[in-house]
Amino acid sequence: MTCTEFLAQLDDLLDEKIPGTMRDDLSQHLRDCGHCVITYNTTRKTIEIFRSHEIYELPDALRERLHAAILAKCRKGCS
Amino acid sequence: MQHTVKHVYYECSIRSGVVTRRLASAYSGGKVEFLKPSVMTNIQPTGTEEIHPDVALVARAKEGDVAAFEILVRQYDRQVFRIAQHITQNREDAEDVVQDAFLKAYEKLNQFQGNSKFYTWLVRIAVNESLMRLRKRRTGRMVSIDEDVETEEGSMPRDLADWSPDPEMMYGQSELAEILRKTIQGLPPGFRTVFALRDVEGLSTEETAEALGLSVPAVKSRLLRARLQLRERLSRYFRKKNIDGGEK
Ligand SMILES: [Zn+2]
Repeated sequence: MTCTEFLAQLDDLLDEKIPGTMRDDLSQHLRDCGHCVITYNTTRKTIEIFRSHEIYELPDALRERLHAAILAKCRKGCS
Repeated sequence: MQHTVKHVYYECSIRSGVVTRRLASAYSGGKVEFLKPSVMTNIQPTGTEEIHPDVALVARAKEGDVAAFEILVRQYDRQVFRIAQHITQNREDAEDVVQDAFLKAYEKLNQFQGNSKFYTWLVRIAVNESLMRLRKRRTGRMVSIDEDVETEEGSMPRDLADWSPDPEMMYGQSELAEILRKTIQGLPPGFRTVFALRDVEGLSTEETAEALGLSVPAVKSRLLRARLQLRERLSRYFRKKNIDGGEK
């Protein structure tokens, strides 16, 4: 397996959607190729970091203000 | 901060008695067990297929029950805000998108057939509103989900330096958040949208495709490029340093 072939499967590997036999091939490539090990680990870490850190938080005060505005308009529209 | 979000997800999931794979997998506590069913086995009731609780709320809202709609707003406003921020990269726009997306959803509720989840349908509205606002700000520049797919950047990893074992510990919380914002901002809109839906919000590939009006292969190719580009950009901050502090 070449690095390009490995990369083509990277997403499915990260999402754990790889069937058994293919997984063996990929694991074999990871044993032989330090570059792909780094790519795999750091890409996995990238996703993990973005998942676990809230970078766009909706502050409570703003949240309440938005709710009030939305619901006021809904009530006007439906009554 | 991440725990707030996680808590909210689980809270509403448990309360409603249904844990979808999407929600359970989205915030599995930072571990890399993204799609393992084990994450949800202790929460999901066994046995019969449950009807998603949104279905009843949507039905009530259709009848003009604003209180039912309010529950839906509370359930999904944070997600809509995050998605809008990811796409527009503008705080005011994101606020407007939250309002407009929910109002539009409310107005069009009768058109919602229930073929998909309410949330996916809502996300689609939010994405369209976000793209519209992005276009307004970037007048003269084409903005669409299809944009920038020609770029080859990030299709092949270049920075192959290994990262520190605990890259997040290298920076303070606010500094790290700034790095992440800056990093995702540099991504083409089409890429960061797919990444936000799929990896941040935890939609499935199929749901992401549905919300964006893209094919599954199109979502997959954008997702891979987005992930690799983000990785490449983060490498600059997270790579292992030599003992003297210089880069390897
Ligand atoms: Zn390789």
